[in-house]
Amino acid sequence: MIEVKNLVKVYSTKKNKVIGVDNVSLTIKNGEIFGIVGYSGAGKSTLLRCLNLLERPTSGQVIIDGVDLTTLNKKELRQARLKIGMIFQHFHLVSSKTVFENVAFALKAAKKSKDEIEKRVNELLEMVGLSDKRDAYPSQLSGGQKQRVGIARALANEPTVLLCDEATSALDPSTTKSILALLKKINRELGITIVLITHEMEVVKDICDRIAVMQDGKVIELGTVYDIFTNPKEELTKSFINSVLQFDLPDHLLKKRTGTIVKIQFKGEIAEEAIVSDMLQTFKVKGNILHGKIEYIQDMPLGIFVMELTGDPDEIQRAIDYISLRTNGLEVIASAA
Amino acid sequence: MLLDSLMNLIPELNKAFLETLYMVAISLSVAIIAGLPLGILLFVTDRGLFLENTTVKSILGFVVNMIRSIPFVILLVGLLPLTKLITGTTIGPTAASVSLSVAAIPFFARIVETSLREIDKGVIEAAVAVGATPWMIIKDVLLPEARPGIVHGITITTISLVVYSAMAGIVGGGGIGDLAIRFGYYRYDDTVMITTIVILICLVQIIQFAGDRIARLVDKR
Ligand SMILES: Nc1ncnc2c1ncn2[C@@H]1O[C@H](COP(=O)(O)OP(=O)(O)O)[C@@H](O)[C@H]1O
Ligand SMILES: [Mg+2]
Repeated sequence: MIEVKNLVKVYSTKKNKVIGVDNVSLTIKNGEIFGIVGYSGAGKSTLLRCLNLLERPTSGQVIIDGVDLTTLNKKELRQARLKIGMIFQHFHLVSSKTVFENVAFALKAAKKSKDEIEKRVNELLEMVGLSDKRDAYPSQLSGGQKQRVGIARALANEPTVLLCDEATSALDPSTTKSILALLKKINRELGITIVLITHEMEVVKDICDRIAVMQDGKVIELGTVYDIFTNPKEELTKSFINSVLQFDLPDHLLKKRTGTIVKIQFKGEIAEEAIVSDMLQTFKVKGNILHGKIEYIQDMPLGIFVMELTGDPDEIQRAIDYISLRTNGLEVIASAA
Repeated sequence: MLLDSLMNLIPELNKAFLETLYMVAISLSVAIIAGLPLGILLFVTDRGLFLENTTVKSILGFVVNMIRSIPFVILLVGLLPLTKLITGTTIGPTAASVSLSVAAIPFFARIVETSLREIDKGVIEAAVAVGATPWMIIKDVLLPEARPGIVHGITITTISLVVYSAMAGIVGGGGIGDLAIRFGYYRYDDTVMITTIVILICLVQIIQFAGDRIARLVDKR
């Protein structure tokens, strides 16, 4: 378990003070994949880097599995870091060393014997699917392969926690998918707690259990991914979610419309109920679906439909009220022209 | 006539050439042995690095800058007492090697520091995050990553030493440069001067060529 208590990180430059993390407290449970999202400069990296004390907090505590890292001496901190893996956006591999040597480095840090290192590195490379690249240099690898080496290095000493700083941001979409799948596998099979930061909501949607949304160094919203996606509270959170769930209707459709355009969101089980057909039978309105999709977040369905309702305005209003009541997720995008 | 005077020169040239090699070899060895750790120290004690130490950094930085700002001729004469203490004499190539070494250490240290600075900070940070000791980071990350830069630094230092050793004549150091100055500059002997200069040019070219080749060989990136 990772407990962050009243964490503050202030950068003092000659001219002024910049607040990186502003009094953040949160708890990350064992075995979960915890995402931290926010725009650039929100303080995500700073917060993450405080978790293994790459950045020493100005004040506050970081407690991992009951040990307050801020109280450790240098040697104890090195020991603690063996159990906290970290991967980076730009991989940060040693370019003059082979894949094998890069991974072996982490094991050397743990003072493992030559034989143990040999065995463990081969194991790790097998796990990340890079056995055939053992003697290659980083410059001979693709981005995805480099990140796999980074992951092997991070997992070398069987850590309990894996910190990921924008681990997929430098990768193309299909490589991102494969790295995320690998992270998920690591989480499920090895039970490693993963903390990942990203500015891409897609990443969060794909693998996180819970997320924290950061702005100006503060955590402004925190919850399960499904709750945040279906019921965001803060404006910033909404804008992030829209980047995944929103679809812009083509202008010509909006121009041609004569009725009222509504966006209806179906969460969880109700996605399987026949609400729309009930509505169309009950009220004298016509419904025309302009757009629709179902996303699966943490394996739960979230359906979003955009409909144009035409007919008697009063009837439309009643239909809207009916759907609002049953779905709790209706938004009028444009009223009848 | 020209050939004759050249033939007469051969023993003198031979001796001078060996003296130059001797002085350069000694001072280069000292520069590497002392300058490499010094350069590493200058780097790792810098702000934000894993052995950050402002006091050590500023003291070392000051000393290095001080030595580097003294003109070599002054250093050569000023260090005579130290030379006497170390070598028991103040003349000859061994004596000259002392001042050459003292000048070369901070020179090479700064080059090492600069090569280390080129390393992506993230790579160093990744090593810290892994739980590595400072010594491991230096040995397994910093030095391998900076190897091509350090080899270039050795090349530059060697060439500078060849050139500076010419001034060693002031303390009777000998060497090719000294020969050029003694015969060519003071006695207006063009043959000697041109011959020695040609030798120096060839020497510098060879060093540069060899240095570049080695740097490419050790560059695994
Ligand atoms: N080493 C540093 N020195 C000074 N300011 C910094 C440093 N690192 C980060 N900051 C500042 O802290 C804030 C948060 O940065 P960061 O954690 O990198 O954000 P994010 O990862 O969310 O993009 C920014 O305003 C940034 O400029
Ligand atoms: Mg960042």
